[in-house]
Amino acid sequence: MLDDFLLRALLAGLMVALAAGPLGCFVVWRRMAYFGDATAHAAILGVALALGFALNLYLGIMLVALAMAMTVAALAGRGWAMDTTLGVLAHSALACGLVAVSYLPGVRVDLTSYLFGDILAVSRADLGVIALGAGAVLALLAWRWRPLLTATLSEDLAHAAGIDPARERLVLTVALAIVVAVSLKIVGALLIAAMLIIPAAAARNLARGPEAMALGAIALGGLSVWGGLQLSLAQDTPSGPSIVVVAAGLFLATTLARVALQKRSTR
Amino acid sequence: MSLIATDHLAVRLGGREVLHHIDLSIHAGEIVTIVGPNGSGKSTLLRAILGVVAPSKGRVTRQAGLRIGYVPQKLHIDPSMPMPVTRFLSLPERQTKARIAEVLARVGVPGVAAQDMTTLSGGQFQRVLLARALLSRPDILILDEATAGLDQPGTAAFYRLIEDVRRELGCAVLSVSHDLHVVMSASDRVICLNGHICCAGAPHVVRAAPEYRALFGHGTGGALALYQHDHDHDHEDHAHAG
Repeated sequence: MLDDFLLRALLAGLMVALAAGPLGCFVVWRRMAYFGDATAHAAILGVALALGFALNLYLGIMLVALAMAMTVAALAGRGWAMDTTLGVLAHSALACGLVAVSYLPGVRVDLTSYLFGDILAVSRADLGVIALGAGAVLALLAWRWRPLLTATLSEDLAHAAGIDPARERLVLTVALAIVVAVSLKIVGALLIAAMLIIPAAAARNLARGPEAMALGAIALGGLSVWGGLQLSLAQDTPSGPSIVVVAAGLFLATTLARVALQKRSTR
Repeated sequence: MSLIATDHLAVRLGGREVLHHIDLSIHAGEIVTIVGPNGSGKSTLLRAILGVVAPSKGRVTRQAGLRIGYVPQKLHIDPSMPMPVTRFLSLPERQTKARIAEVLARVGVPGVAAQDMTTLSGGQFQRVLLARALLSRPDILILDEATAGLDQPGTAAFYRLIEDVRRELGCAVLSVSHDLHVVMSASDRVICLNGHICCAGAPHVVRAAPEYRALFGHGTGGALALYQHDHDHDHEDHAHAG
């Protein structure tokens, strides 16, 4: 049954949505949108390194994403304003990656598939890695859920309760690196951050609690994957961007729904 | 055995020594109030006690297994995070509905359980923060200018509530405050801070002092009065920080 490339694509996308939903909520709550972007852009450098040194692709991406995330975390609050630091790092990483890929001898690298994803090319081996990665991220977040929420609310409150906020930040950093690695094939380096932020932001419009928002982000992310694949098939559009277009549509719809509900309740 | 003790504690922030030579210990059931001008290191001392900032010298000792109920000065909840009061109170430990209802009633805001934190008034918010601190059945309540956003009657009511709660729980209270005239009556000890401990003592000892009468004999000027007192005595070893 897994021979069907469409089914594999759908499964892979749904698994990514499963991990990206709750992680995306933390990215939104902690105002880490640019942080996610910088880490995702570094993935191209990871691709270049993996291909250049004949490493496993996922491993290469994860290592570079992790290094990037750690660098950003270490630079936070030092010198430049955070958005400047992230702007420098995100674009430098992307540019270095693109330049590095062009140096690779012999192989013709299909850059488009790394930049925008190629969900229809997901193999059974890919599926296994994505399942492993998404499962690890979900387990990590479920295990640390309450400490993570507490540390996100206030680092001082966390300290008072015996929680180390630095450790919780590390949990999110590692989770982010994993999600970047497993999402690259699905939506591509340029749009990974979209899979994190847009479903979470759309879910915010409907949710009344943090858990509901995380579940909503999973549901809306999954719906985006399904809808995006349909759109891609029907219209012959690129799959990654199609998924993000559907997610954006859902964001717009939930935002309008929220505004309408608020109007009704104040009337 | 004290709940919390500091031993020659010093803290540097951004290259500046904010606190130095702080020796204090807080015993079970005690009410200790720290007062001092802005920039005197009051909040930093609390943060060092909580373990948020690391000491540059000396150390902070906490009793093993000490349960701290911390009420911050303010808490900003990002609007991107939906956070009903009930859920907030279940962080980091899950609480039963009954217990949440009980503690909300105790702090005088029984009706807010279903509301989002961002819809609460300043007074309600502080009471919910207090409720959350109480849920851990603390050995010590730590209040960092917990009434900063409240008006005078609100502040007075809040401190009355703290005193009642302390009588019921028997916990210690360590608070940082400008509202000395409100807190003073219940405090076992007042510590006057300005980078170091300028003076400390039981209120009745302080009250007997002629300076104290001069400063506190005229009604409401408590906070301001001690503020002046703080600037009255001479320090050869350091300049006053604004």
